[in-house]
Amino acid sequence: MADAQGLPGMDRRTIYEKSCCGRRAYSLPATDVPEVPLDDLVPAGLRRQAPPRLPEMSEVDVVRHFTGLSTLNFGVDSGSYPLGSCTMKYNPRLNETTAQLEGFAGLHPYQPESLAQGAVELMWELGEWLAEIAGLARTTLQPAAGAHGELAGLLIIRAHHLAQGREPKRVIIPDTAHGTNPASVVMAGFTPAPVRSDARGGVDLEHLREVLAGGDIAGLMLTNPNTLGVFDENIVEIARLVHEAGGLLYYDGANSNAVLGISRPGDMGFDIVHFNTHKTFSTPHGGGGPGAGPIVVSAELAAYLPVPLVERAEDGRFFLDYDRPQSIGKMRTFYGNVGVLVRAHTYIRGLGPDGLRRVSETAVLNANYVMESLRGVLDVPYERRCMHEFVASATPLKEHGVRALDVAKRLLDYGVHPPTTYFPLIVDEALMVEPTETESREDLDRMVDVFRRIVQEAHDDPQKLLDAPVTMPVRRLDEAEAARHPVLRQRFPEDEEAGAC
Amino acid sequence: MPQAATDYVPHSDADMRTMLAVVKATSVEELFADIPEDVRRREPLALPPGLSELEVLDELRRLAAANTPASALVSFLGAGIYDHYVPAIVDTIVGRGEFLTAYTPYQPERSQGVLQSIFEFQTAICELTGMDVSNASMYDGGTALAEASVLAGSHTRRGKVVLSAGVHPEYRQVLVTETAGYGPRPQVVDLQAGAATDLAALARVVGDDTAAVVVQQPNFFGALEDVAAAAQIAHAAGALLVVVADPVSLGLLEAPGRLGADVVIGEAQSLGNAMSFGGPGLGFMAVAKPLMRRIPGRLVGQTVDLEGKRGFVLTLQTREQHIRREKATSNICSNHALNALAALVYLSWLGREGLAELGLLCTRRAAYLRARLLELPGVTAYTEGPVFREFAVRLPLPAAQLVEALVPQGFLAGVPAGRFAGQFAGPAAAGLDDVLLIAVTEKRSRAQLDAFVAAVAAEVDHG
Repeated sequence: MADAQGLPGMDRRTIYEKSCCGRRAYSLPATDVPEVPLDDLVPAGLRRQAPPRLPEMSEVDVVRHFTGLSTLNFGVDSGSYPLGSCTMKYNPRLNETTAQLEGFAGLHPYQPESLAQGAVELMWELGEWLAEIAGLARTTLQPAAGAHGELAGLLIIRAHHLAQGREPKRVIIPDTAHGTNPASVVMAGFTPAPVRSDARGGVDLEHLREVLAGGDIAGLMLTNPNTLGVFDENIVEIARLVHEAGGLLYYDGANSNAVLGISRPGDMGFDIVHFNTHKTFSTPHGGGGPGAGPIVVSAELAAYLPVPLVERAEDGRFFLDYDRPQSIGKMRTFYGNVGVLVRAHTYIRGLGPDGLRRVSETAVLNANYVMESLRGVLDVPYERRCMHEFVASATPLKEHGVRALDVAKRLLDYGVHPPTTYFPLIVDEALMVEPTETESREDLDRMVDVFRRIVQEAHDDPQKLLDAPVTMPVRRLDEAEAARHPVLRQRFPEDEEAGAC
Repeated sequence: MPQAATDYVPHSDADMRTMLAVVKATSVEELFADIPEDVRRREPLALPPGLSELEVLDELRRLAAANTPASALVSFLGAGIYDHYVPAIVDTIVGRGEFLTAYTPYQPERSQGVLQSIFEFQTAICELTGMDVSNASMYDGGTALAEASVLAGSHTRRGKVVLSAGVHPEYRQVLVTETAGYGPRPQVVDLQAGAATDLAALARVVGDDTAAVVVQQPNFFGALEDVAAAAQIAHAAGALLVVVADPVSLGLLEAPGRLGADVVIGEAQSLGNAMSFGGPGLGFMAVAKPLMRRIPGRLVGQTVDLEGKRGFVLTLQTREQHIRREKATSNICSNHALNALAALVYLSWLGREGLAELGLLCTRRAAYLRARLLELPGVTAYTEGPVFREFAVRLPLPAAQLVEALVPQGFLAGVPAGRFAGQFAGPAAAGLDDVLLIAVTEKRSRAQLDAFVAAVAAEVDHG
């Protein structure tokens, strides 16, 4: 079993508890300009009365603190991470090398464009590549994440309708959708209109027709393959129906890892696509970010893309175009998470069209391999081939008093990161498994074996699951208590009397 | 055949055959049978062919070499992104695979490293801003402002947000774009001569329809605002005060929380993160306790495990999209955790005294440079009054022309304010083409400042 207790004898205090008055790690250049009295620089009334209580540490103490914390963490570098819809593939180290080249990392966003031609070229090239992969026309690299891309896309849908003098309110979302979809719809000023899934896991066409008949349709958001890992065979018909009702189709690209070079959203009938570079194009998740959520749109919608748009002039020069009167505006400061985009560019450049196709073929093979191997071990509610992920259910284990959560916690003890649990919402006790293409056959066999052992334990000794994890730095944590009595920052002894939170 | 491209797929041909047999398929093609034929792509994508790792690196080096990064020049560029020194330990820690390649910490027992680091980051932001609750970070300063406006609208149920024109013009643009269909409508109050907010004008437009007043400290042109007075105006009308703060300034300047801020947001790239052409940045948001359940984004809280041992978890998740879907406080479902970690390592390196000392060094050098430039004929103050590390001057020639002229001498003279001309009105908007915004970090030595003044003097003489 894994042992994640951290370094033996590790000091588990917070960095503030380790702080020791008068210690320091920093060094700064000496003052070489006249030492004007402080009051003449910044009047006392504008200055801080009490310094922020930042830690006081020596440099080695800082390094040891964070090295210690890293040992309590688990990344793709640590082991298998089959977290459904998150595409936890290997993050090539070459990406880190290229992103850190001074020629990219040291660029200021307001330096003259003539001094940043390589970066703008890279962004232009990446935009062209993503447009080709999506099967659509123009790209903006601005959105910082998938959800941010959704908001950008929905604002473009809004601008498109407004330009035609319409203001429809409803955006259709299947019941299998990521939670960001309905949240983004509301933030863009629309109302979500849910549509059910059919028995095969795709959009229920009958219900879709009913929802469309209700009118006021701005568009539809769809993930394809969806969060059940199922490719919607009716996609062409769905697109036709939505377009006929005056709506546009938004492709949530969270699951693009299944279809690179195999099927393009633009060819399926989508008008707007977002990609999560941190899923599909191997940029690291970083413990929650930064990612990037570029979107690609059809030629008809290009006028609405946020400014600036990356362009190439006839003389071969690259530039940032702000002169776009129909643009929705700006989705963020500057141009996008460029450091992340360099990594995505590096990845696509190395793999090329054949490599990308091999990614999707292998991702789908790996998912089917695990799903087949787990038949009879866990319940797999949709009896068909899956794409890059599948959803299993822990419902049969309920009779032993064990739930999906307990399976997940026990997986930690065996050194496998758990799948996504309790999502999608339409599957009871869902365990959503996405192995990704970078796991070897041995890794997958081990994963399957661990599932098998855990299900056996559920039958023989369910308490083992209920007690799990037992090899982690902490046992199961009381999340209800955290929400009931929120402690969201370090308490300092001197604050206790004051009752600060 | 030798492999021509990078490939991170581990399978041998034999592996593939074995696995296909298990899934009862004769070819990989068969696995995609659900995709209708008319949307199946048969021809390869029109992308350049794959390359070996060495060749990719050469290609990326070529692109990088086609740039002249500000970091390699004597740069005075700021306006939201700053060229501060990043100590060596930051990249060492942030590059550790356990942090770099982890997902959002949904399994807390296996993610105590990132969870504790975020808890410590939240604490650092609370300490800097003087606020009660900080989230785990956001995309950037601009999107944090849009989220703050939405928060204020839902808290006060009012429909207008009043922004000082001293708030970064790009932040204001992001706010306008992102909240086009939702949240309070923005109204901008001009700056007065000298570049501080016209508080009398602000007081005139703030009323019982106002959800929030937003000021930036130091503001876009480096002027120091009277935050306490802005707070009084906001609170008298029942509105919230949102302060856009520069975290590096908060070792020296008063914490906004002590001046009446209800929400503090900003961009913290300057804390240990590369400039990287403006992204990824590090947005932050901190609020007063009554707004705790309205804050968007991730929050980490302390709790105990079943043996009573301390641990950390994501908490108050009923605000978030994966639980609340369309009723969530925001659609945000990530943070910039790795940038937040870099900021935390940086702040731990600087410590209590280092941040104040850094701020003082920048302030002294900025004051020195400003005084020297104002001695030059035809150069006058645009930003008046005390400044922190950034200020604007009016030149006797177009600022963009000066910037261009000094590049061959190795200087990036500053950000020409004319670039944002459309975003300003009123007295401070006159003649913006001649206004140059200049930032001075600890990287600029006196020798560089003196050489820069001499170079500007030569150009001014020509003009």
